[in-house]
Amino acid sequence: MASAAVAGVVTDGAAEPPPAVAIQLMINGQLRRVNLDPRTSLLDALREHLDLTGTKKGCNQGACGACTVLVDGRRINSCLTLAVMHNGARITTIEGIADGDTLHPLQAAFIEHDAFQCGYCTPGQIMSGVACIAEGHTGSPDEIRAWMSGNICRCGAYPGIVAAVAQAAQAG
Amino acid sequence: MYPFSYVAVKDAETAIAAAAAGGRFVAGGTTLIDLMREEVERPSRLVDINSLPFRTVRLDDDAVVIGALARMADVAEHPAIRRSQPLIAEALIEGASPQIRNMASIGGNLLQRVRCPYFRTLDAPCNKRVPGSGCSAIEGANAGHALFGTSAHCVATHPSDLAVALVALDASVTLRGPSATRHIAVENLYRLPGDTPHLEHNLERGELIVEVRVPHSPYARSARYLKVRDRASYEFAVVSVAAALDITDGVIGAARLAAGGVGTRPWRLRASEHALAGQRPGRAAWEAAGRLAIDGAQPLSGNHFKVELLRRAVARTLEMVAAGDGAGS
Repeated sequence: MASAAVAGVVTDGAAEPPPAVAIQLMINGQLRRVNLDPRTSLLDALREHLDLTGTKKGCNQGACGACTVLVDGRRINSCLTLAVMHNGARITTIEGIADGDTLHPLQAAFIEHDAFQCGYCTPGQIMSGVACIAEGHTGSPDEIRAWMSGNICRCGAYPGIVAAVAQAAQAG
Repeated sequence: MYPFSYVAVKDAETAIAAAAAGGRFVAGGTTLIDLMREEVERPSRLVDINSLPFRTVRLDDDAVVIGALARMADVAEHPAIRRSQPLIAEALIEGASPQIRNMASIGGNLLQRVRCPYFRTLDAPCNKRVPGSGCSAIEGANAGHALFGTSAHCVATHPSDLAVALVALDASVTLRGPSATRHIAVENLYRLPGDTPHLEHNLERGELIVEVRVPHSPYARSARYLKVRDRASYEFAVVSVAAALDITDGVIGAARLAAGGVGTRPWRLRASEHALAGQRPGRAAWEAAGRLAIDGAQPLSGNHFKVELLRRAVARTLEMVAAGDGAGS
């Protein structure tokens, strides 16, 4: 507990930066190599180091879901994990789900059902929705709501989001 | 976030040696990374244990055995868990969002830190974060805090739903350390705050939780987890109850009860259990168990409502179990 003894002191944490770690990630089918301070979250690696700004930073503490990506096919909060913990992993972001100019069916359903207003939570909603459909948790609106509850929409577009996920699940 | 060195280990011996030398284990990271960013946690060395083999669920003759690195989502969906221990599946599903359930390990879930807002606020006194600095919650905003097991130094509740279910089911953890492997009951994994609230568990230096053992029992398949919270999903418990009943020939043979959101550790309700044994199932028995559950509660300035809520939640959960509308049925 040595660290706790000084934990009341507010500092910027700026001591000597730790040495960078070289990792590689298979992102949206493309192999990317990057050297990172081990403190870098997967979210910051995507946005600040790999020019993939579709994934959004909302709360940065795992509560809002705006940063949802798929790692080896599973949806996670990319803000709550370090990039170095995913060396060699397969990452899918919102930039990777359309087929060229053809939208992913869930992207198209979001447009059809007006499932957003400001759009900031939308990439996370869609990535979470893609996983929710793949997991098979779309049997009813209640089930969709429960299994999409890790994604918050402050504009309150939930009825459209639930309808879009339900439609894409049925089409899929 | 403070600087740290990072190492990913391939075997348990290396991991345990690294932790014995002062490293911190990281698995899912959902608590630790968050608290490191807030500078509440400041490990100088992170030991990534995700390549260790403790990820499977298996059925032994006497118990269901859950690897400590298995993810919440995988355990909740495992056929053996759903069939033989539906209470665990229900507590896991209610315990976090789908994304976090995909990330968080079972061992990490048991060792998650408290959600007391003062613990996360660096300029507020908190004896857990800075021993001896004082407890801001005792005279502060304490609607979410504990009724049982509190001290003059800390009143924070333990936040894990899974741990409540495991305590009710008499589960144990297998701990592997630098020199030995041992088993302790999940209930005894946790310390009461007393005058050392910064010490939360009974792990020795370097010890790693490798598995959780949940003994087979006649009541495991007749069990429910009720979580009362401020919104319908993805929220910590205000009050929660894990209840399991063995009802044979119209008589309660054995009952197991534990509560969350009310204790500084998962709170076993033994007086209620003893009173239920031998009774006929029904409203009178459930109400009596609820009344006994609140015996000894010590509410704070802002959480008196939890006493009545606990009494009712115990009765309600027992009624749900007896009605057979189980999560696993």
